[in-house]
Amino acid sequence: MSLAPQASAPPASTSQPLIVLDKVCKSFGSHEVLHDIDLTVDRGEVVVVIGPSGSGKSTLCRCINRMEVASSGSITLDGVPLPQEGRALARLRAQVGMVFQSFNLFSHRNVLDNVTLAPIKVRGIPRKQAEATARELLDRVGIGDKADQLPAQLSGGQQQRAAIARALAMEPKVMLFDEPTSALDPEMINEVLDVMRELAASGMTMVVVTHEMGFARTVANRVVFMDGGRIVETAPPEEFFANPKSERARDFLGKVLSH
Amino acid sequence: MNVVLDNLDVFGSGLWTTLKLTALSFLLALGIGVVVATARVSPAAPLRAAGLAYVETVRNTPPLVLLFLFVYGLPKTGVKYSLFISAVLVLGGYTGAFVAEALRSGISAVPIGQAEAARSLGLTFTKTLRYVVLPQAFRTVIPPLGALLSALVRNTSLAAPIGVLELTARAGQLNTTDPNPVWIYLAAAAAYMVVTLPLGAVTRLVERRVAVAR
Repeated sequence: MSLAPQASAPPASTSQPLIVLDKVCKSFGSHEVLHDIDLTVDRGEVVVVIGPSGSGKSTLCRCINRMEVASSGSITLDGVPLPQEGRALARLRAQVGMVFQSFNLFSHRNVLDNVTLAPIKVRGIPRKQAEATARELLDRVGIGDKADQLPAQLSGGQQQRAAIARALAMEPKVMLFDEPTSALDPEMINEVLDVMRELAASGMTMVVVTHEMGFARTVANRVVFMDGGRIVETAPPEEFFANPKSERARDFLGKVLSH
Repeated sequence: MNVVLDNLDVFGSGLWTTLKLTALSFLLALGIGVVVATARVSPAAPLRAAGLAYVETVRNTPPLVLLFLFVYGLPKTGVKYSLFISAVLVLGGYTGAFVAEALRSGISAVPIGQAEAARSLGLTFTKTLRYVVLPQAFRTVIPPLGALLSALVRNTSLAAPIGVLELTARAGQLNTTDPNPVWIYLAAAAAYMVVTLPLGAVTRLVERRVAVAR
C-alpha cells in the first residue's frame, strides 16, 4: 500500500538533490538560532534531525518552506531558490507538505474539508474528485470513518494522521515533520509513527524533526544531530547510534538512551 | 396616549425606514470591516497604514459631523447622493471602522498555527484569511458585532437632522403637528427597544450555534 501515489512517478531529475541548504543562518534579534547550516536532501531520502531542545532543529525545518525566513545563506528546492513571500512562494509551498507538532487542523471544518481545502482552493481540483482522493487518503491513514467529524472530536493521534493526509492531498515532493509526535500521549505515538514509516517506505522524501530515537534508528537514511544552532554530526543511523563521533552527540545519546 | 395610537402608521413607516437604514448600513459596515481588518493585518506596510488611518479618522470624529460633511459638504465638489443613501454610506462607513477593530481582535484570537497550516499548504495571504482565519475570527467576535449592530440601530436616529424620515424624524414631525412630546418620544424610545432588546438574545443564540470547538 502506498501512501503517496505521486512517489511512484519518476522524478524530474534524479541526479540533482531535492533540497539544498547552503550556509544558512537565522537569528531572532541578536540570538542566533542557526549557524552556517549546510545540508542536502536527495530524492526519496529520509533525513531525521535530532538534538536537544533549542538546538535549532525546528527552525531548520521551518526554514525549508520559508515559514521562517533565513537571515542569510541560500535554500533551493528542486533547483529553485526559495522566492520572496508572495504567490511564487505559495506555489512552492504547495509542493512541500508540512506536519506540525500541534496538528493545526482547521478547527471550523470537518476532517474531510480539512483535506480537500487546499486541493480545491489552490489546485482548482473539482470538489468531487478532491473528496474521493481525500477519502482514499483518510482510509490509508486509518481514519476513514472520521471524515465528517470536527478536529476537536478526534484524539491527538487521529488529528495528526488527518494532518498528514491533508499534507499528502497536495501530492508534495517532500514532507516536513516538525516534532509530529511531541504533543501526543505515549500510546498514540506509534499510530502516527507507523503512518510515517509507511510513507517513508513508499519513497517519499522526508525531513523529520523528532525525539523518537527508535524511529530515527529504523527509518532514517541519515541522522542529522544538531546542537547550539549547528549541525554537529551527520551519519547513517547505524553508525550514529553505535559510534557517535562527537562528544556532544555521545553525551546526548547517553542521556536519552540510558533509560 | 391617543396621539400615539392614532398615528401608529406614522411610527410604523418611521420604524420601517429605521430598519432598512440599519440593515443596509450594517451590510456595508461588514464589508468595510472585512476590507479594513484585512488591510490592518496585511504584510504590506502601506495597506496597514491606510487601514489604521481610516480607523483612527472615523473613531475620532463625531458621526453627526461626518454626516453633515457628507450631506452639505460633498455636493460642493459635485458629488451628490440621496439623503437616504448618504445616511447609509456614513453610518456604514462609521460602523465599519468599529467592525474592523472587532474583527482584528478576532483575527488575533485565532491561533497562529491555523494560518501557518494554511500557508504551508500553498494558500496565499488572501486565501488564508478568507478560508481559514476570517471564518474563525467572525465566530469569536459575534458578541461585539451584536453590540455594534445594536448601537447602529440607535445611531440611525442621527439621520433625522439631515432629513431622512426614520423613526426619530417621524416622531419629531408628529410632535410639531400635534405637540405631545412625552408620549410621542416615549413611544419612539419603546419602538427602538423592541428592535434592540431581542438582539442580545439573538446574538447569544448565534454565538452558541457557530462556536468553534478547540
